Amino acid sequence: MTAIRLPESGRAPFALWPPLTLAVLVTPVVGGLLGTLLPAFGYLPALGLDRVSLAAFGELWLVPGLGTSIALALWVALGSTLLAFVLALAFVAGTMALPRSAWTRRLVTPLLAAPHVGVAVGLAFLLAPSGLLVRAASPWLTGWQVPPAWLFPGDPWGLALVFALVAKETPFLVLMILAGQTGIDADRRLIAARSLGHGPLVAWIVAVLPTLYPGLRLPLFAVLAYGFAPVDMAAILGPTVPPILGVRVVELLGDAQLARWPVGAAAALLLLALACLAMGFWRLLERPTAALGRRWLTGGPGRPMPALIPRSILTVAVLPSALALLGLATLPLWSVAGRWRFPGLWPDGLRFDGWSALGVDLASSVVVTLTLAVVVAGVAVALVVLCLEAETHRRRAVPPRAVLWLFLPLVVPQAAFLFGVQVLLAGLRVDGTVLAVAVVQLAFVVPYAFLTLAGPFRALDPRWALAARSLGRRPGEVLWRIKLPLLAAPLATALAVSVAVSVALYLPTMFAGSGRVRTLAVEAVALAGADRRSAGIVVTVLALIPLVAFAAAAVVRRRTERRR
Amino acid sequence: MNAVLTLEEVGVSLVGRDLFRPLDLTVAAGETVAVMGASGQGKSSLLLGICGGLRPPLRLTGEVTLDGHSLAGLPPERRRLGVLFQDPMLFPHLTVRENLAFAVPRHRSREQRARAIDDALGRAELLAFGERRPATLSGGQAARIALVRAMLAEPAALLLDEPFAKLDVPLRTRIRAFVRSVVADAGIPCLLVTHDIADAEELGARVVALEAPSAGEG
Amino acid sequence: MSRSTALVLALFTCLTLSTASAVASTPRSSWQAILSEAQGQNVAFNAWGGSPAINAFIGWVADEVDRRFGISLEHVKLADASDAVARIVAERAAGRTDDGSVDLLWLNGENFATLRHQDLLHGPFAFDLPNFALVDTVGKPTTLVDFTVPTEGYESPWGMAQLVLLHDTRAVPVPPRSLAELGAWIEANPGRFTYPAPPDFIGTTWLKQVLLDSVVDPAVLQRPADTADVAAVTAPLWAWLDRVTPHLWRRGRSYPSDGQALHQLLDDGELAISMSFNPGEASQLIAAGRLPETVRTATFDDGTLANTHFVAIPFNSDATAAAKVVADFLLSPEAQARKQDPRIWGDPTVLDLDALTPVQRAAFTALPLGVATLPPDRLGPARPEPHPSWVEIIERAWQERVQG
Repeated sequence: MTAIRLPESGRAPFALWPPLTLAVLVTPVVGGLLGTLLPAFGYLPALGLDRVSLAAFGELWLVPGLGTSIALALWVALGSTLLAFVLALAFVAGTMALPRSAWTRRLVTPLLAAPHVGVAVGLAFLLAPSGLLVRAASPWLTGWQVPPAWLFPGDPWGLALVFALVAKETPFLVLMILAGQTGIDADRRLIAARSLGHGPLVAWIVAVLPTLYPGLRLPLFAVLAYGFAPVDMAAILGPTVPPILGVRVVELLGDAQLARWPVGAAAALLLLALACLAMGFWRLLERPTAALGRRWLTGGPGRPMPALIPRSILTVAVLPSALALLGLATLPLWSVAGRWRFPGLWPDGLRFDGWSALGVDLASSVVVTLTLAVVVAGVAVALVVLCLEAETHRRRAVPPRAVLWLFLPLVVPQAAFLFGVQVLLAGLRVDGTVLAVAVVQLAFVVPYAFLTLAGPFRALDPRWALAARSLGRRPGEVLWRIKLPLLAAPLATALAVSVAVSVALYLPTMFAGSGRVRTLAVEAVALAGADRRSAGIVVTVLALIPLVAFAAAAVVRRRTERRR
Repeated sequence: MNAVLTLEEVGVSLVGRDLFRPLDLTVAAGETVAVMGASGQGKSSLLLGICGGLRPPLRLTGEVTLDGHSLAGLPPERRRLGVLFQDPMLFPHLTVRENLAFAVPRHRSREQRARAIDDALGRAELLAFGERRPATLSGGQAARIALVRAMLAEPAALLLDEPFAKLDVPLRTRIRAFVRSVVADAGIPCLLVTHDIADAEELGARVVALEAPSAGEG
Repeated sequence: MSRSTALVLALFTCLTLSTASAVASTPRSSWQAILSEAQGQNVAFNAWGGSPAINAFIGWVADEVDRRFGISLEHVKLADASDAVARIVAERAAGRTDDGSVDLLWLNGENFATLRHQDLLHGPFAFDLPNFALVDTVGKPTTLVDFTVPTEGYESPWGMAQLVLLHDTRAVPVPPRSLAELGAWIEANPGRFTYPAPPDFIGTTWLKQVLLDSVVDPAVLQRPADTADVAAVTAPLWAWLDRVTPHLWRRGRSYPSDGQALHQLLDDGELAISMSFNPGEASQLIAAGRLPETVRTATFDDGTLANTHFVAIPFNSDATAAAKVVADFLLSPEAQARKQDPRIWGDPTVLDLDALTPVQRAAFTALPLGVATLPPDRLGPARPEPHPSWVEIIERAWQERVQG
């Protein structure tokens, strides 16, 4: 027996994958930012601009209504993030205080799966003056024969947009809080705090939240960054005159007059600066808020709280998301509605010709969307698996900060760097191809796949792999034949989450695809303003894909549970 | 078989601090040595370290040799060490037969593999259980399959990490006897870590005690 | 913006004559060469994709050119033609002079002017298309002059457009027949009228219509804007808007995104009036169950804006032969008749029915007019589009007034 001795410094198995994955994530962001930075300062040789100048910024200030757009951007991003966070906290605290309300947590998954466009369209159809809610009360209660003239959607203050963002992001933050809770023994802390005389709600905030919070900062910043350019939702819910800054960026960068591009790039940088500012502002206020909250909450000795209070808090917390779900649920009906005049609560007749007419038209979009979703989700989950596997073979522990780079694409506002990505892709002559879209989507899907999979993968008993390897099998085979089957349930969930993220991506698909790769999300935004039947059809199909993916993941989970 | 497992100054360190005083130990072919220690003293880590499964920040120090060859730097699959844990670690998604097949060396022919698996099932007295899922086995059945699976890989030494701790007390004696007969037949060194002196006695093991690290070390 | 040459009305006749001779001189054999070259080529047809009816028509065209000419046509659906213009300009800037991403583009007006001015179009080719001889260039002069800019054969006409107002007769029994009447109606019926936010092309068209109807001397609009006193010319436009805006839908604090959204609001009963650039669209939407049967169309007594929409081939297309064959097929009596069918699309033909064979003509005359479509003699005068340079000026000024 002549065993070859491997030196300690030899390359650990799978060591190549983490840097490769990081490159996949970081290259578009850094390259894209660079490709935005240079034109903003007047350097874009392809357009004959080669003199560094601040002219673009000067022109930016002259854009009509820019100040309003900036104010709207800050309010929409910070307001929706803060509201969603408060509601998510209220929701979790409320369900902890009222054990019988735990079923409401099941609302989280379908909304998590729902694409942003779907939530926007669903809410628009539900809450518009001619929407179902008003119809349900008209004319018997309201006396309205004609839809009332209230400003939804498209109010100039961005309230509709904030509401929809809150509805969509609250479930995500709830999930992040619940996931964080399992790691810190929340129940025991809660009991300890309640034995000190605090009510359940206050006990949760005092004893659980502070430990939980550092882990929530990253998801919160992802929500904040997205809130700076929810272009797909804003296209449906407004505001329009003027729009938020993120929409302005996209408009300027799509202008047929190339002279406007540097102005658009400058606006993109402005957006990035605002996002950085907002995140800094958020961090700055963390400590004083915590101190203030502690004093306020612990001010009085544990007064008994009537159950009405947590119950009403819970109701308020669930309301936006419940409305969004309700809105989504009505879309299939809109898709087959014949003439449906206000204030009728039910269409005059059902007709399915919209499906056959648009269905043929949409078939290619469905194919493109599914292809992208399957390929991107598969590659993203594979990369994450390989990175996590590499982590188990490392001879030194992974510095926690290194993992933060994975989330870079999520915490930089999309509109700030996607133009640069498009310039890069155009330089390589691959813009507008499905492949280019897949590569760019990957940067946004991998972080979510990592968020879903890292916990279960790291929690897998290391003795499984050791037992298998001691039986003489190499790491690759052990990964494939033992670890992956053991992780079937979390893998299926990670795939479903990845599919949901890929399907919902609008701006990355628009930019990398140059508007030519027509996924369902792109079609949905294009048709949302058209007639409700077409929009209902597209969004129904769009929302169905992630729902099916999550249902499949649930089936896998049930099957693996039965095996244990 | 004349393999010998040797530990020279072998310890487990956590960021430079030893968990116990490093061991010097030789386990001869056919011999069983029991390393005794209280829980939390690093017994399991020692065993993980010997088979190459210790993760940072824990490190194995010293030199382990098997059959005169150092194990340093060798990946687990090339150490030729059979290992049993407190849990049988039978892969739940594979049948009993597939679990055993996973352990048979690759280069065997189809007939050889089938015969080896049948022999192992017979040895465990579970011939009829080949198509069952591990979840349907009793604790004792699973422990026996775990042992014959480890032996199918033809290890040059066997490592046992309290493999009886989770079994019912009356069952433990029977399984210990089974292990003892298998080890004796194989004639390979066997290293056991445990806190239960009955394990050592019933396996006929020589006992070595883990000692606390001397002060000032590390 | 384009600074192309000013239009002289006299040019109309010259061009018409010269094209007539150009058509006559097209050798048959060279078209055969183009047909054989076109076989197997892929055409990326960049066309607005916001209407299911139009998308379905283009799908039919794709099937036909595949079957007849072996051309594979891909409909690249655009939110706005300017997206494709931006891409073509960017491709030139990046030095991509071949293998361009656009082979055929549906456009007119300022987009044509932009591309033509920067010399980014392949051509001239339109006058060489066999079916161009059937185009009614005399009765429909806008098939040769696009928003005052001569096409010079760099784009091929495809369909006719005229601005019409859609009204629900239950809310508006007698439609306004002039801008002044409409203004009075808006004030009397607050919240029931609006227009899409410019730069949506319906919204911009509406601004141009108001400008045309309120300006003192409409002839000034036929010249580039930099030759005129812009503030003075556009002042009546803003005065009219200032008067009606407080009475618009949502009091003018929010505007629909496009014409399709406008129709939805009409269907919902939020609006009583919407507008379209296709005189047949109302009938088509009623047939599709998207508008109530009580909707009718009307124009102003003084006429409304009319133009022609075209297809053009970018300079860097690698499939110019196939793109020409498709452009020619779009001009064929068969495709034009299908397009004009209100049950399909309802877009009026650019052809001269008198130039057709009796059988071909019958395909048009047999078409139902559509319940809400005005017969040609009741559409009112077709008024010419202003010079493209006015577009950006009024779009920007509108933004400043509404958003500033």
